[in-house]
Amino acid sequence: MSTAATLTSRRFRPGFWTIVAALLFLAFCTVTVIRFTKGLGAVTNLSDQFPWGLWIGFDLLCGVGLAAGAFTLTAVVHLFNLKKFEPIVRPTILTGFLGYAFVIVALLLDLGQPWRIWHAIVYWNPHSVMFEVAWCVMLYTTVLAVEFSPVVLEYFGFHAPARLIHRLITPLVILGVILSTLHQSSLGSLYLIVPSKLHPLWYSPMLPLHFYISAIGAGIGMVILESYLSGRAFHRHLEMDLLEPLARGMVVALGIYGLMRLQAIRRNHAFGSILEFGYEGKMFLLEFTLGVILPVALMSIRKLRSNPDWLVGGAFMAVLGFVMNRLNISITGMEAASGTRYLPSGMEIIVSVGLVATGMAVFAFAVRTFPIFPEGQGAPSKESELGA
Amino acid sequence: MGMGLLFDATRCIGCGACSSACKEQNKLPGKVEEVLTAYTWTTVKEKEGTNIRRLCMHCEVPTCASVCPVAALVKTAEGPVVYDAKRCMGCRYCMMACPFEIPKYQWDSAVPIVGKCILCAGRLKEGLATACATACPVEATTFGKKEDLIWEARTRLRSKPGAYVNQIYGLTEAGGTSVMMISNVPFEKLGLKSNLPAEPPAMRTWQVLSNIPDFVGVWGVFLYGIHWITARRERVADTANHDNGREDRS
Repeated sequence: MSTAATLTSRRFRPGFWTIVAALLFLAFCTVTVIRFTKGLGAVTNLSDQFPWGLWIGFDLLCGVGLAAGAFTLTAVVHLFNLKKFEPIVRPTILTGFLGYAFVIVALLLDLGQPWRIWHAIVYWNPHSVMFEVAWCVMLYTTVLAVEFSPVVLEYFGFHAPARLIHRLITPLVILGVILSTLHQSSLGSLYLIVPSKLHPLWYSPMLPLHFYISAIGAGIGMVILESYLSGRAFHRHLEMDLLEPLARGMVVALGIYGLMRLQAIRRNHAFGSILEFGYEGKMFLLEFTLGVILPVALMSIRKLRSNPDWLVGGAFMAVLGFVMNRLNISITGMEAASGTRYLPSGMEIIVSVGLVATGMAVFAFAVRTFPIFPEGQGAPSKESELGA
Repeated sequence: MGMGLLFDATRCIGCGACSSACKEQNKLPGKVEEVLTAYTWTTVKEKEGTNIRRLCMHCEVPTCASVCPVAALVKTAEGPVVYDAKRCMGCRYCMMACPFEIPKYQWDSAVPIVGKCILCAGRLKEGLATACATACPVEATTFGKKEDLIWEARTRLRSKPGAYVNQIYGLTEAGGTSVMMISNVPFEKLGLKSNLPAEPPAMRTWQVLSNIPDFVGVWGVFLYGIHWITARRERVADTANHDNGREDRS
């Protein structure tokens, strides 16, 4: 790993965002207590007709998907040997790890009896996609933790184990890429089994591939976005020489993905349901315009890509469109067949938002404590806005 | 092929004896509800002037059993798809995946489990018929060997062609089921799904999952190959830079 610096603000001052994050965390804890004493029905709008809601659609599908920047960038740096991207590998791995931690916490709330989560290790059913998902979450979270551990180990002065991990980095990265490939695609495979339930605008036998490639695109978008956010919070400059080529990678991934989606819709003879402009059609148009057409069109133009504001805007659209896609597949596209409408309850939203806020707070703490961001660019010019 | 049930909607009088017997047999709390819940495993409802039962169809290749990550749901040789509540961790994928929308959840419980008809698996082991079939006063629900039931259903459709829709629901739906139904009203009008393919949904995921071991090998070698090429390219470039090539970094 290259030399990296911690981002320090001069003194701790609980700012506006710290207080917001703390309040959200408290609200999250309250909902957790109600959920575990009164059951899922007391806090969620889930029902027998609609058993999977926001916690699967957003927390699981988006949490894993947006962590895809980690395997993409480790592959780019350690396998494709494009060493110039090395400075942003650490923050990306950290985001990946926090994303997976976020997913695990959400799963612990969503599972009916989470204290039995270890059953997936003992009782096997290789015919189940959920079984594959469970194993990928476990193994890849471990890989991410090991990939990130040298930062922490070196901080505490354990140089020997850090060196060992550094020497094993190639097999570790290959393992991470294999697990990510399986995991990202398996989330799409989850929906292969509901051909009679998922709307033809989203159902396809190619769902695993759709999920994999869109995660690469949106994962890169997330890397750009998080460079921008931490830049804003710690008054660093954007690494434009690194982010501009990443945006090109995003265009390619989203372009391939967009084409595949259109082909799938053609195969399902579902273009008609876009033209009907009904509920599903409108949601699809919003998702596809925001997540594919606009980012691909705008980021194809060098002038826009090289402008920090447009670059961040393009990445933001890609991430937003990605989130919409996962929510459309897990909620919008499943509603008609279920014969009911699902809107998440306030408490479901509190859990999701509270977890995102907690994740951001931990990220902010980590980049302050450990050398994560590249040196030289890390020096903050004035006191941080993101208090904690 | 195992055992199964044949439900004849033209015979059913809608008395609800099957639902009550089911509650009693399986010790389910509360009254019989309007729709299937974790505590009501079978219902009888009047639709289009005909009484239709809802209960687990006990698929030959059950989607629920295929998606369950901990194999809590299993198809037994005798016919029933049974549920081991002690294994279930509550991911609810079975509810998502079931083409007949049968498994239901205890949303009101802090230690929730799934509830669905288990075709009185315990009674079957003792050589008894299901509680619902035993309770039925008019033989609208018949218990027996699946092959005998198919033969019986075909006989009824043939002997009274005008009285029935010419279809045995469950013969091919989602790959075939142990519970079958015949009726005088088209099944989609009775609230049953008519768009179910004859190929079991489980096959769609197995086509992907069965390829994972092969994929892991190929993908791993491919990725290592990329690393090998790019690392060697760098080494060659370094060697060229260092004239004599003693500085051999990798």
